[in-house]
Amino acid sequence: MQAPPLKPNAAAGAHHHRANPTLLAALGLPTEVPADWRARALTKFDELLHTRRSLKLYLDTCVRCGACTDKCPFFLGTGDPNNMPVARAELLRKVYRRHFTAAGKLFGPLAAGEELTDAVREQWFTYFYQCTECRRCAVFCPFGVDTAEITMAAREIMASIGLATKYVSEVVDKAHTIGNNIGIPEAAWRDTCRFLEEELKEQTGADIKLPVNQAGAEVLLVPPSADLFTNTDTMMAYGKFFHALGVSWTTSSYASEAGNFGMFLNYEHLKKVNRRIVDAARQLGVRRLVMGECGHAWRAAQAFTDTLNGPLDFLEKPRPEHILEYAVRVIRQGRLKLDKSANDGLAVTYHDPCNLARAGGIIEEPREILRLIARGFREMPADTIREKTFCCGAGAGLLTDEIMETRFAGVKPRIEAFCASGATHLAVPCAICKAQFPVAFEHYRIDAQVVGVMDLLAKAIVL
Amino acid sequence: MPAITLAGKQFDVDENGFLQDPAQWSDEVALGLAQTEGIEKLTDEHWKVVRYLREYYMKFHVAPSIRMLCKQTGLPLKQIYQLFPSGPAKGACKLAGMPKPTGCV
Repeated sequence: MQAPPLKPNAAAGAHHHRANPTLLAALGLPTEVPADWRARALTKFDELLHTRRSLKLYLDTCVRCGACTDKCPFFLGTGDPNNMPVARAELLRKVYRRHFTAAGKLFGPLAAGEELTDAVREQWFTYFYQCTECRRCAVFCPFGVDTAEITMAAREIMASIGLATKYVSEVVDKAHTIGNNIGIPEAAWRDTCRFLEEELKEQTGADIKLPVNQAGAEVLLVPPSADLFTNTDTMMAYGKFFHALGVSWTTSSYASEAGNFGMFLNYEHLKKVNRRIVDAARQLGVRRLVMGECGHAWRAAQAFTDTLNGPLDFLEKPRPEHILEYAVRVIRQGRLKLDKSANDGLAVTYHDPCNLARAGGIIEEPREILRLIARGFREMPADTIREKTFCCGAGAGLLTDEIMETRFAGVKPRIEAFCASGATHLAVPCAICKAQFPVAFEHYRIDAQVVGVMDLLAKAIVL
Repeated sequence: MPAITLAGKQFDVDENGFLQDPAQWSDEVALGLAQTEGIEKLTDEHWKVVRYLREYYMKFHVAPSIRMLCKQTGLPLKQIYQLFPSGPAKGACKLAGMPKPTGCV
């Protein structure tokens, strides 16, 4: 996609609803921005610089070469220069230079340092919540600066002074109190599973179970809770898949969420949300931990679990395992009978969720599956897939209505690539992407459907 | 906190106009909320959706899955969107006086 003409402040008006005092209190955060917020923010900044060596490295390393500028979907979509990854990071970097480098401490603005003013703080809130931590910029950075880490640090500093979005805070709170992002309590979880079992019976004629809290099962499958709300085809697909394999599995009503919105708020909540999964796996006595179709869940679970709440040495390797890795493994072992023609007539392309492709190494697995089960599979343009994938525009806490214009802008490069593929079906293993694309398709007047990779695989499984 | 006047009474609502306290819901409140969604008149089919959602919410403290909503009301999703242009999770849940479903939806 061509770089757009610069439109300064084009996205300056996009504001998330702020978390209210009740919600902030529930999360142990200051209920309003305190009078001494500047000192507190700098203290937190200092703490992060000492606990995350990567952050200091990323803040020091950038030479402003500009390689990242036109790689961010939000810059491409909005034209706002503050959405160039280098410029967004500069909002934090200039405060870093002023307060944490010798030159900045001595010479301030002469060393390109800037005070942390009210205006800077508000810019942080605006632009660090227009970054989906998708890390496409990092792929193109010659020094490997990971701007997502900078966004995460900025959000953590903001949270420490009571600045958080309503959406992220609400979801984190539900994950802590109910066990999942949507807020489905155990009774409703069981009721939904029973209903979907009936649906599976109608579809396949088989008695396929969607077990809940079944101690001693081989596999604990942790799906995004959206699989029991909107993406029920995916939930049913897991059931048919394990049924065909004859593998005992279960979900947990305690750890009923793969996603981890703590990652979009701060370390403490990332760890606390993640903890539930480890506790549930231990308590149910499972041998394998498998994560469902969710992008950032995989990053949180795979990259961080061992550090946060590990070790996971009571589980079999790989621990955890992504459902698509699991599927490829059993397909290669010849344990599934597949009928390729089940998806005939569908022109399918695949969208790499950022966190699977760039943060979790799940790139070839979905393609291997799709090539086996969908004759109409085709790719989007090469510079928009695999590790160069374009974000859906709604990850990392952006999947909320009040910033719909930002979401439409952020998804635009992906939509253009999708149109170039000529596909009618977009296969995507991520609940956030699955929620964002239908809205985006409607906005851009594209007649296409969004499906899970597991949905298509389940269709092809012969029982 | 924003407030809204429905059927001559004041109600606290969230930023999206969803009732803060589901216990304050009544048929009159639903009619008032319909206006905020640009729905002129509530047909039997509207009420079928609203009552099912309400019943489910009172029992389970959450909205039912979209698939269950369609199955139990006998209304295809397309028709639910015609009845509630902002969709089942927004318009329909708002009229049923329950919190807006959030998460990856």
